[in-house]
Amino acid sequence: MDTAFDSTPLTPPATGPATGPATAPDASDDDALTQLDPAYVTSLRLSAVVTAIPFLIGAIVAENVLHSAGDGGIETVWPLPFGVLIGLVVFVALVFIIRLPMRRWQARGYNMSVDRLRVVRGIMWRSDTVVPFGRVQHIDVDQGPIERYLDIATLTLHTAGSHNASVHLPGLNHAVATRMREDIRQHIKRDTL
Amino acid sequence: MSENLPARAVSVPSVGHVAVPNAERTAPLSVLIGTLSSMQNAIFPALAAAFGTGISGFGIIIGAFVAVAIAAVGTLFSYLHWRRLTYTIGATDIRVESGVLSRSARSVPYERIQDVSLEQKLLPRILGLVSVKFETGAGGADDLALSFLTEKQGEQLRELVRERRDEADAPADGQITEGDAQGAAPAREEDATPLFAMGPKRIFTFGLFEFSLAVFAVLGGLLQYADSFFDFEVWDVDFWRDLAEEQGGWLLELGAYSQIFSAIAGLVAVFMIGSATGLARTFSREWGFLLERTPRGFRRRRGLFTRTDVVMPIHRVQGVTIGTRLLRYRFGWHSLRFVSLAQDAGSASHVVAPFAQLEELNPIVHTAGFHLPDDRADWHRATVAYRNVSIVWDLLFFVIAGVIATLVTLAFAPEWTGLAVLIVTVVAVMDAVAGVLSWRFKRHTLDATQIAAVSGVLAPSTQIATRVKLHSAEISQGPIARHYGFATLHLGLAGGEFSIPGIPLQRARRVRAKVLQTIAATDFSQLESQHQRHAA
Repeated sequence: MDTAFDSTPLTPPATGPATGPATAPDASDDDALTQLDPAYVTSLRLSAVVTAIPFLIGAIVAENVLHSAGDGGIETVWPLPFGVLIGLVVFVALVFIIRLPMRRWQARGYNMSVDRLRVVRGIMWRSDTVVPFGRVQHIDVDQGPIERYLDIATLTLHTAGSHNASVHLPGLNHAVATRMREDIRQHIKRDTL
Repeated sequence: MSENLPARAVSVPSVGHVAVPNAERTAPLSVLIGTLSSMQNAIFPALAAAFGTGISGFGIIIGAFVAVAIAAVGTLFSYLHWRRLTYTIGATDIRVESGVLSRSARSVPYERIQDVSLEQKLLPRILGLVSVKFETGAGGADDLALSFLTEKQGEQLRELVRERRDEADAPADGQITEGDAQGAAPAREEDATPLFAMGPKRIFTFGLFEFSLAVFAVLGGLLQYADSFFDFEVWDVDFWRDLAEEQGGWLLELGAYSQIFSAIAGLVAVFMIGSATGLARTFSREWGFLLERTPRGFRRRRGLFTRTDVVMPIHRVQGVTIGTRLLRYRFGWHSLRFVSLAQDAGSASHVVAPFAQLEELNPIVHTAGFHLPDDRADWHRATVAYRNVSIVWDLLFFVIAGVIATLVTLAFAPEWTGLAVLIVTVVAVMDAVAGVLSWRFKRHTLDATQIAAVSGVLAPSTQIATRVKLHSAEISQGPIARHYGFATLHLGLAGGEFSIPGIPLQRARRVRAKVLQTIAATDFSQLESQHQRHAA
């Protein structure tokens, strides 16, 4: 069924299945992905820390309330010893702070060719998106406070499609992101008002 | 004011040097519409005031006073609104300034206007007014609308915006040399060729398939409304029982045959009312349906009370969808929609043929630059693994439902357990069979210019998109999908969704590579000029 497919007239360079030469359209799927800036891991860790703090405070308060209820003469219904709840929250927080950012960084990657940008992401739910520069409506380079501190940025490509209306690529070195924006802008012939 | 528009349209043929454009007001009769609709709103408060004070001469005077007061306030606001709303037809954009206390000014550049549509509700239609809507693709509420202009003004404004838009487009594309805009200008609506029309007979058939019981919902609502006004308990069982015994006492004496007969008569009555509702709604919506091919694109007119007139340029059509329903499919009836960024009465796509046979749809689809998949189409299905995973996934829910049903019946009525489990099992098996069937009928095909996907067993629907007009391509896989090697391909379609689930990863990559190759060969800005040259 693949041979019938290959006979479509618009695609002469499609030579055989799987790995073709560098000019073959399939090539982009096999090209090595560019890793994101290692500072991206740090930024993910910092935001995980910021997110974890309220949960940790909540756990400490909850644990104290549960145990002081027992001290006041009322029989406590909380059977676990002090520290279990806090320990659980700390464990989950550590997973989110130490392990997951590394995994997410490893899972993410991009590949920029002459006329398209490919963005790969996801540990469990993988997604592999390609945006041709000819369809980009406008481009954003965003920096949050943590990203600014680490000198990285998020590149966002907006398309007119309802699905993937905006494709985000976080964790780029700021200079790289701005250079990519300039490169892509060369392809957008009409300015967006 | 109305004679200003054509004069300026002629005197300013080129972009760039426009004398200071005048701010215009909408038609003064708009104030009258405001008065009339506020009088409409005044009816219920006035009645409430009249009855609330007791039905006497005094109450009626108060009611009349309330009605006049509301109408007067409505007129005042409507007048202020009219007075403070101005629009300016500029060289590059159209600007609307409005607001009584807080002012707002909105500017829409011509090249961003997807479409100009005219709408006439019943009241404005009687007064010869139209509401002009500028579709920008920003979606419903953000679109610019001018209510109301005279019919002539509206038509002229539409032409003007179209001319300006083409002028704005032309230099940017830099490729229109065949005198497309100017050449087509003198020959306007005369060039229209009808593509699809529905006469009363067709609308009647259509109405029969639009069977609707909405009228009962409305009646229920009215009864509840009456409930709060009169001493009438809708939900009081005794009231209905008494009524039934009073009125139906003779019915009980008639015997079994007569009871069956009256039950059938009741069903027939419900059927008649449902059909009548469907017919009425279809006639009011679709009356005088006419789809034409004009130099400017597709033009659709329809409506009995609210008449709409929509023009969609051919190059704005992003994709087409052919749908049908269970019953009408048996008789070969289909509907055709165009997917685009513009909105059509709240729905995302434009209905261009609501009720037609396939051979009638074919020329419309061709005119839009698409073609229906033919016998040579190379169809591909989702993987068997995807089918099995979906079925197993569905079965999980039935297992949970079965366990709950078993536990509940064991606890409360053990004699029903067998039946409950049997019912759940039968439904689960039916679902599995449906899953296999729908897998067999769900397929997609890619050819030189377009990609098409078909799904549905009893009421199949077809979605077609042009390869060149897609905006992105994504392959996504969950953990299960990665294990079995299938993936979902999402294609970025402007104004619609296009995804193909469960296909082999290799196939997804191939389709994506080919689609991307087509996309990358054409820049976004060339899309429109290409199609304009085709159209010329």
